[in-house]
Amino acid sequence: MIFEGLAEKLQDTFDKLKGKGKLSEKDVKSALREVKLALLEADVNFKVVKNFISKVEERAVGKEVLDSLTPGQQVIKIVNEELTDLMGGAQSKVEYASDPPTVIMLTGLQGAGKTTTAGKLAKKFIKDGKDPLLVAADVYRPAAIKQLQVLGERLDQPVFSMGDKQDPVDITKAAISRAESNGNDVVILDTAGRLHIDEELMDELSQIKAAVVPDEILLVVDSMTGQDAVNVADKFDDTLGIDGVVLTKLDGDARGGAALSISSVTGKPIKFAGVGEKLEDLEPFHPDRMASRILGM
Amino acid sequence: RSYDKINEELYEDLEEILIQADVGVQTTMKLVDDIKEKAREEKIKDPNKLINILQDDILEMLNQTEEDDEQPTILMVVGVNGAGKTTTIGKIAQRAKQDDKDVLLAAGDTFRAAAIEQLEAWANKVGTEVISHQEGADSAAVAYDAVQSAKSKETDLLIVDTAGRLHTQSNLMDELEKVKRVIEKESGPMKVEVLLVLDATTGQNAVSQAKLFDEAVDVDGIALTKLDGTAKGGVVIAIREELGIPIRLIGVGEDLEDLQDFEPESFVDALFDF
Ligand SMILES: Nc1nc2c(ncn2[C@@H]2O[C@H](COP(=O)(O)OP(=O)(O)OP(=O)(O)O)[C@@H](O)[C@H]2O)c(=O)[nH]1
Ligand SMILES: Nc1nc2c(ncn2[C@@H]2O[C@H](COP(=O)(O)OP(=O)(O)OP(=O)(O)O)[C@@H](O)[C@H]2O)c(=O)[nH]1
Ligand SMILES: [K+]
Ligand SMILES: [Mg+2]
Ligand SMILES: [Mg+2]
Repeated sequence: MIFEGLAEKLQDTFDKLKGKGKLSEKDVKSALREVKLALLEADVNFKVVKNFISKVEERAVGKEVLDSLTPGQQVIKIVNEELTDLMGGAQSKVEYASDPPTVIMLTGLQGAGKTTTAGKLAKKFIKDGKDPLLVAADVYRPAAIKQLQVLGERLDQPVFSMGDKQDPVDITKAAISRAESNGNDVVILDTAGRLHIDEELMDELSQIKAAVVPDEILLVVDSMTGQDAVNVADKFDDTLGIDGVVLTKLDGDARGGAALSISSVTGKPIKFAGVGEKLEDLEPFHPDRMASRILGM
Repeated sequence: RSYDKINEELYEDLEEILIQADVGVQTTMKLVDDIKEKAREEKIKDPNKLINILQDDILEMLNQTEEDDEQPTILMVVGVNGAGKTTTIGKIAQRAKQDDKDVLLAAGDTFRAAAIEQLEAWANKVGTEVISHQEGADSAAVAYDAVQSAKSKETDLLIVDTAGRLHTQSNLMDELEKVKRVIEKESGPMKVEVLLVLDATTGQNAVSQAKLFDEAVDVDGIALTKLDGTAKGGVVIAIREELGIPIRLIGVGEDLEDLQDFEPESFVDALFDF
């Protein structure tokens, strides 16, 4: 990897800090510069990094830290804590609605992993003893409906579709009625990928939201996303009020700075991590592990 | 933004612009250090002149080579999951058709749900044929059949779709190498090229993608997709510089006509356009 040296460098920096009995403000600042570079190289958004570092610095150059017995370790602890905190602290999950069906709507940019995640969530719900209905509300992408149907077949679970000539708002409304009459206690809406700046399609999502009032609106984000993650997350959250994030493709070597950027701009928790193409490749998200990954540790 | 002085603030702004365009820390530092030195050595006082020098430096990094596309070609399209491979194939096929070429597609993604149907849908729109086997079939076998068919029909352009895969999945990268070996062995008079599709919203991970795909199948060119969004795709500068892979095409939408040649000048202009 191109940034191979970075993890080592950070470790070095932290080791140096740990080794020092006494730390000066200058020591802390130079260590934080390394942290800053690590975050930028992990694709955390520039502005987010700036804010983050100044926040950590505020805590780290205080008297309690500098005068403590293990100042180096204190600084590392602060960096880790703040990172973990920013990404939603304790792990959260999808709550089932008291009045079923629980309606979950998946949204995001093109190719992020929505349709695959729909299948993965269905599998998880089946395991929980639920009977989910998958809904094909992507009428634009060639063979998007078929893709969801194939996943439905693999799970032996029904897929609701009305072809690609109907309005997605009508499709989702009809799907809820179907779930109610069929007794499906969870409904998973697979929407088409769209750009956050595509007003017409963003408006379509607002209309779906108004029509079916989902219990959970999840934003699906590719963990390889760069600086743009903040623009995307901000716009989807502004438009829809998302409830959480699914971070996909974490099975690669992406450092996943997008996680931090998104949490920082939306304040919404990352709920699940996609770690492969298979339907079982969905895990609960662990902020602390992600913090280490982003820092390359 | 306009500047009237060359000072630390200007350099910091330029750094911010480049990093926010996904140019990456190392490349950004290098670029900014270079213009700092030039400003000193050449006693440059005009900030706009300095920004022009910076843009020229980037253009130099992106220097493009001409490609000749007269020979019948087999184009193997590779990349990570969801980058835009299948869609880009539809667009390239459309463009080739408009240039009066005979085009054939191969449904080499036998893995992802409905990948074959997706390619077939594009082929229908464009009006080309697709060679396909069933889901789960050996991708190399599909490629083999497609190459035979292309040769016997004297097709001008055969485009082979492949399943998305993360560059770190060594078994899947081995499979890709095998597909390429089969294509090369059977290609006869046809030229074989590999096009790597990169999603412009991707950050620094794209460098790792390009490196590992290049190691596996020797990439000839890059198609940068999804530039119709707000992402700038600045990471390709480092890829061009470090790995020497030229950027060929850009994707600017989801329709058949949303494909353009990569123009370094407009790309660099867009980097600075926030
Ligand atoms: N390696 C890996 N691949 C994934 C993961 N999640 C999804 N994918 C793959 O990413 C590609 C895109 O996934 P889709 O589910 O089609 O994405 P989408 O967001 O529905 O795409 P559009 O509907 O076109 O916007 C497919 O090749 C999936 O198999 C993951 O966690 N890891
Ligand atoms: N906005 C925009 N969307 C694009 C562009 N190119 C592709 N897409 C969309 O990105 C999504 C994924 O495209 P695909 O062509 O299926 O990507 P792929 O690389 O073949 O995906 P896998 O085969 O699953 O790995 C689809 O929703 C496409 O419509 C582009 O240039 N701009
Ligand atoms: K993507
Ligand atoms: Mg989809
Ligand atoms: Mg594809």
